[in-house]
Amino acid sequence: MNAWRTPGIWVALLVILAIGLMPIVLKSDATREVVFTVLLSVALASSLNIILGYTGYVSFGHIVFFGLGGYVGLYALNVVGLPLWMAISAGGLAAGLLAFLLGKAILRLRGAYFALATIGINEAMRAFVINFPAFGGAIGISLNFRIYREYGGATSALWLTYYLMVAFTLLAVALSYAIKTSKFGLGLIAIRENEDAAEVMGVVTPNAKTWAYVLSAIIPGMVGVLFYFKNGNIEPGDAFRLHFSIELLVMVMLGGFGTVVGPILGAAGYQRLRGILLTTPVLKDIQLVVAGVLLLLIILFIPSGAVGWLRHRFPKLRQVLP
Amino acid sequence: MILEVQNVSKNFGGLQALLNISFSLPEHQILGLIGPNGAGKTTLFNVINGVFPPSRGTILFRDEDITGLKPYDIARKGMARTHQIVKPLNELTVRENVMVGACFGHKALGLHQARLVADEVLEFLGLNNRADQIAASLNIAQKKRLEMARALASQPYLLLLDEVLAGLNPSEIAAMVETILQIRQQGVTIIMIEHVMHAVMNVSDRIIVLDYGQQIAEGTPEEIAHNPKVIEAYLGDPKLAQRLQEGNGYGDTRGE
Ligand SMILES: Nc1ncnc2c1ncn2[C@@H]1O[C@H](COP(=O)(O)OP(=O)(O)OP(=O)(O)O)[C@@H](O)[C@H]1O
Ligand SMILES: [Mg+2]
Repeated sequence: MNAWRTPGIWVALLVILAIGLMPIVLKSDATREVVFTVLLSVALASSLNIILGYTGYVSFGHIVFFGLGGYVGLYALNVVGLPLWMAISAGGLAAGLLAFLLGKAILRLRGAYFALATIGINEAMRAFVINFPAFGGAIGISLNFRIYREYGGATSALWLTYYLMVAFTLLAVALSYAIKTSKFGLGLIAIRENEDAAEVMGVVTPNAKTWAYVLSAIIPGMVGVLFYFKNGNIEPGDAFRLHFSIELLVMVMLGGFGTVVGPILGAAGYQRLRGILLTTPVLKDIQLVVAGVLLLLIILFIPSGAVGWLRHRFPKLRQVLP
Repeated sequence: MILEVQNVSKNFGGLQALLNISFSLPEHQILGLIGPNGAGKTTLFNVINGVFPPSRGTILFRDEDITGLKPYDIARKGMARTHQIVKPLNELTVRENVMVGACFGHKALGLHQARLVADEVLEFLGLNNRADQIAASLNIAQKKRLEMARALASQPYLLLLDEVLAGLNPSEIAAMVETILQIRQQGVTIIMIEHVMHAVMNVSDRIIVLDYGQQIAEGTPEEIAHNPKVIEAYLGDPKLAQRLQEGNGYGDTRGE
């Protein structure tokens, strides 16, 4: 049975593509900015889902890969003078490498210990960057505006990053699906369900977990480059903000961890909610509180998220809803 | 010899769970492993399949030293086991559970092949009509069979069965015994831990008795049933001792 013959995944990819085309058809900068944020969330949440949802390891500080990618990318563009595509690759490579090195060390920890370790790594990375002159220390890196000129000026550079964002979101979702339906993915889910049983059945857990972590880090590293290229500058305070990590967790949990569609719906739903909160004066400042309460409610009442709940409620959906 | 256990000891802190266990197991045999609760039977399995390294001693599997290897290394070399306390992959379907065994165990099949093998094994164990259910929805007897199905799907040389009869009713026991004999017929060597005496006495070629971590007897079922040391070990449980001698009785005396 070929997994790519299932319609569900194509529907998901087509919906993302359709949403991605909207700002292009409308020629609207405002829509583009909104959709960019949603797509970024989808790409990040889908990537986080590989380690969190499939493997069952809560990576609380996952934003570290996004931030590191951004730093490496801007450094590559600004200082080394590499073209954008190489900067993006470098960002992905750096994130993947960090995950690989960390994986060997901290994936031996189970449960809350792993989650805590990932927070520690995010904070350690921030501290390191602040004290690392090549990355601009506490000030960070500002992109030299001349670089935009190589991409046809600021406006067309913005559109270029947008097209790339659409492509990376599609890639993230396709990768998530490819992993889930592969033998490797079956091993990851076995680890999530019972790591001891998985080991006894022959799943080489240290390797599987490390590769899951690497695969969940690469795309965040790459879109980190995109985001900060578009942003024009990066600072340690922004790049490693733990609350982004928490928001990503909310998205994955809201949509349904361990499913392919869950993080897509969760990310889109959460960003809509956030939009409403930010434009409502009373709620503007308590946006994070709402995220926290939401996470709590999900864990208490629908621990498997919206898609997980649907799949439980209607078992037939398992075949169509990846 | 498919398995050689040489002077294996295991202690947990101050507790001597196993002391100087040695035995050799020829291919295609069924070895019964019996002993009172807490004797160290499950611990011996854990040491053989790499869940814990032994504190002392050596384990050879198919003439290769596997002492200190991880469970996944040993699984890939062709040893599979079931758990006394079942460990289903709850959110996966029954078929997917069995596919994990087929994909990552000894034969390391691809997904497509694994699915075919899984369906065969499920049919063999009478779980085929449950294949698409999630594992969490099975009852305990079915979960025990699922443990066996996963182990078998890896097509192992050696199968370790930890109390697969516990909690089954007499007719289920009879069916399972038949299944175990068929597995042996297919060329698989088996070690089975069992409290259901008549069953283990009937199917085993040889039996080893553990008590307080020590190997107090080894022999044919006949010899074991009349061994005074064995009867003494079970004296804490006179009913069980009696059954042992009679070689009948349906007895798991403990609640599951
Ligand atoms: N991981 C562990 N840590 C500490 N002690 C343990 C551990 N595993 C087993 N033990 C102890 O080792 C002894 C032997 O336990 P084991 O489970 O091997 O017995 P058993 O013969 O399988 O008993 P049963 O018939 O009840 O299954 C017991 O005293 C048990 O408490
Ligand atoms: Mg036991």
